[in-house]
This record gives sequence, structure tokens and C-alpha cells, in this order.
Amino acid sequence: MSTVMTTTLIDDVRRVPALGGFNLTAIGLEIRRVLRNRRTLMFLLIFPNLFFYLFGIVGGAARGGAAGLTLVMINMAVYGAMGGTTSGGAAVALERSLGWSRQLRLTPLKPSAYIAMKVLVSMMLGAIAITSTFVVGSLNGVHMSAGVWLMSALAAWVASFVFAAFGLFMGFLLPSENVMQFVGPMLAVMALFGGIFIPLKVLPPTLQTIAHFTPMFGVGQLARAPFSGDPIFTPLLSVLAWTLLFGVGAMWLFRRDTQRV
Amino acid sequence: MLAVDLQQLTKRYGSVTAVDGLSLQVTPGEIVAFLGPNGAGKTTTIDMLLGLVTPDAGTVRVYGKSPAEAVARGEVSAVMQSGGLLKDFTVGETVSYMASLYANSRPAAEVLERAGIAHIVDRRVAKCSGGEQQRLRFAIALLSDPRLLVLDEPTTGMDVEGRRDFWGAIRRDATRGRTILFATHYLDEADAHADRIVLVRQGRIVADGTTSEIKALASGRVVRATLANAPVDILRALPGVIAVDVRGELVQLQCSDSDTVARYLLTETAARDLEVVAQNLEAAFVALTSADAPAGVPFASSSASSPLAGVA
Repeated sequence: MSTVMTTTLIDDVRRVPALGGFNLTAIGLEIRRVLRNRRTLMFLLIFPNLFFYLFGIVGGAARGGAAGLTLVMINMAVYGAMGGTTSGGAAVALERSLGWSRQLRLTPLKPSAYIAMKVLVSMMLGAIAITSTFVVGSLNGVHMSAGVWLMSALAAWVASFVFAAFGLFMGFLLPSENVMQFVGPMLAVMALFGGIFIPLKVLPPTLQTIAHFTPMFGVGQLARAPFSGDPIFTPLLSVLAWTLLFGVGAMWLFRRDTQRV
Repeated sequence: MLAVDLQQLTKRYGSVTAVDGLSLQVTPGEIVAFLGPNGAGKTTTIDMLLGLVTPDAGTVRVYGKSPAEAVARGEVSAVMQSGGLLKDFTVGETVSYMASLYANSRPAAEVLERAGIAHIVDRRVAKCSGGEQQRLRFAIALLSDPRLLVLDEPTTGMDVEGRRDFWGAIRRDATRGRTILFATHYLDEADAHADRIVLVRQGRIVADGTTSEIKALASGRVVRATLANAPVDILRALPGVIAVDVRGELVQLQCSDSDTVARYLLTETAARDLEVVAQNLEAAFVALTSADAPAGVPFASSSASSPLAGVA
């Protein structure tokens, strides 16, 4: 038979996609879509670099010169990464409220593959935020050895995974189109207590102690460690504990959600 | 193999029984309208058919598989009533995203063409009209080249032109031998587009027949009379009688030949107060599906020879 039946498409043999539907095309489209969103871009590119300029360049000289400037830059990169990863995870709230999650339930995409893609997109947003602030920093007088640049960026990026889990947790908790309106202020408070906006030394002792147990503290410490040489054991423990907490919470809410939708 | 096999499906929400022991079989290639008023249990049934809702009792098979398995293999897809789209994707991006999730999918360009939206591929979903969004949902549903396509009230909220374009696309596609099950509360939609109409009310199927059977049922007349001890078997055997309903002394006959029935009643029985009422499809629909109608079916409850198979 030389005739190819291009119009008969209803196969009897049908396959299930590899990796539960996880694929790079979807991730690429997702990144493109997210980067069109002005609000996301503000969290990712505008706020961190604006704050770097205000705290670091304008107010920097008064707070310890070149080292101060470097620390502000790393802090702002962490802040941007936190915004990026959180908003990436929290996007599930929007997708649930718009019925997109329900539409995806009618495709072969496995819920676990959906989460994996969400986490990957979150981490890429985090990487974009860190890169942008580091580039802006390097063009504005921050000097570090190549190894320190790399280790600091890597530490900030890997540790910000905790906020991808946090974003997912909030996204499954709040079925709202505007979840970032709730989460944005929470991030600001966490950044404050995490020593990102101000050095913890300026806080009263009790608040300093409390601050050590907030989610942002460890991420900031880890990101600064390659430059400052501070010990990393406690912050590492903090990041792992919060990741576990948000991860288990998100997983629990996610299970509940997939049973109900 | 059956395209759809629902057996004794039941779903309760608190004290409300949304679907009540519903059984339905659809053979491949059929175009079936699931017709009923709002709240009849259509959407809940469809959600169970698609695996979005787990039934409290009963079984669902789609081409012999569980809904989850059928979905994973792209054998069933659905066009939902609303939602399910991201506003900041373009039409083309939405289709490409969905296409990437299947092991085998039709090319994006092909489904866009078939859904009649190839000309708006770069338009943001937010800027699409309701009809365009619905044709986008249809394009997505075509990606896996499903053997069963389910449409849940696909034209709700569309204008006349949008409805016409949408059904035009569906009908062009239906010639390819796909099984189609669509829920609607528009009678004319069921009449115009289905081979078979399944009427649902309060979570049960109250009538099931070919469109012409349902129309025959509905387009006849109703003869009512007062008659004690009505000879039900004789009445049922009269030519053109579709269904007989006896309540105390009130006899009600659904028939296609009201003259014969009236003549018989007036000459051979003690019937009095006889009246003949014309019946249209709309009235039959209302009578069969209205929530305040008595339990069971007004006309067909005592008739085994009715075209209404699957009567409660």
C-alpha cells in the first residue's frame, strides 16, 4: 500500500508521555509568559536593583565602603531570588483559580511533573534575579574574585529553593488570583528579619534571636559566606529545616488539592 | 468495545444527590446530547466520566479503560464550559504548551486550522472573544486526536454567530468518526447536532432515544380523559399510542394518532371530559425534565414499548 492515510488519525496504539509530561517546550513557554508579566519583572529586576542603588550606592559609603557595597549587592540578589522563586511557586494559586490546573488534569501531565516544572521555572526566575543584580553590581564597583562571585551566586540560588517550596505552599493554601499581594508583604517582613535590608546587629537582642529562626536568615548567611567567611553550619541547618517544612506543607496541600479538583 | 460505559453512577454532595444511579452506554461514532436543565447532574456526570470527580458508587469505563488511563493516552478530551485558559498566553502558545504534554499530538497548525482560529494565533487569550476562547478550547481538545470528545455546555454565553461558528467546526470534525458526547440545556442544539438524545433530570436518565424518536414522542398529542378502570393494555395496543399514564380516574395517552384514540375512548369506553392537547418538543422537554414534575416519567412510566429506553 503506497497510500498514506494522513486523515485517519484515530490510532489504536496510544502512548503515555515520557516523564509524566515533563518537557522543556512547556518550561520555555512558561518562562516567556512569566517574563511578560510586569509585576514579576518588578520583583525580579526592578526592586532588587533599585534597592541596591539606594542602600548600596547612595547610602553605601556611610556603611563600610567596598565591603558594605558587596554585602548589599549579595543581599539584594537574595531578595530578588526570593521574589522570583516565590512568585514562580505561588503561580499555582492563579492557575487553580483560572481553571488551568483543571484543564491540565485533562492532559497526560502528571501532577508531580507539573510541580517539577513549576519548581524549575521558579529556580530559573531566581537565577535571572541573581544574575541581573550581580551584573549591575559588577558594573557599579563591586569587586570579588571569580570563585567568590560564583560560590556566592550558587549559594544564593540553591538556597532560594526554600522559597520555591514556600511559594508552592502559599499557592496551594490561597486559591486567589492575587496571591502575591499577600505574599509580597510577607517577603518584605522575612527579608527584614533575615538581615537582608538591615544588618541584624541594629535590632534589639530579643528580635535578633527571633530573626535567627526566620526562613530568610539562613539563605542570606549562606549567600554572604563565600565573601564574609562566616560559618555556614547553622544557616545550612536553617535552610534545610525551612525547606523541609514548606516542602512537606506544600506536598500535603497538593495531595489534598489533586484529590478534590 | 463501548466508547462510554457508565454503570450505576452515583455522586452525593452532602444531602444532595447530584447523580443517582445513572447508567449510560455509548457506542463508538455516536453523537450524543446530554440534555437537561441546570442542576440535572450533567456536569457532575461528565466530571466523573473525565476522572475529575470520583463517584461514590458505580463504575466508569472509557474505551474499556479507567478515565485516568484514557486521559493519559489522549483517548478522551474535553471542552469545558469556561476557564481553563491563561490570559497572558497567546492562542498559539496555549496550543503549543498543551501539545507538548502528549506523547503523540497533532501539529498545532492543524488543530488551529480545524478549530477555525489559525488567523488569531498571535492574539493574547485575554483579547479573544468568548467564542474564540471556546474554539481555542476545542483546538486544545483536538490535539490528542481523541476517540471520545466531551463538550460540557460548550456554547453557554455565546452569541448566535459564535454558536454557529463553533458548531460548524464541531460538525466538520465529527465526520471523522469521533464519538462525541455533549451536555446542553439548549433543546435546539441537541436537536440540530445529536444522533441521540439522553434526557436527564435530578441525576437520572428520564429518556433516551434517537433524535427522531424523542421528536416523535414529543411531536404527537396528548389525549386526556376521565375514565374509571381504564383498560390499560387495550389502550396501549391502540395504533399510534406511545405511552399510557393512569392516575386514579385520569387517563393520559401520549400518541401520534389522537383521532383514533379519541374515537375509541368515546365510542368503546365510558370516557368523559376528553381533551386533546398538542405537544411540542419544548413541552416534552419541560415535562420530562422539570424539577416539579412527579417522580418517574409522566408518559412513559407504564409503557415498555416506548421508544424511551432506560426510563426510571
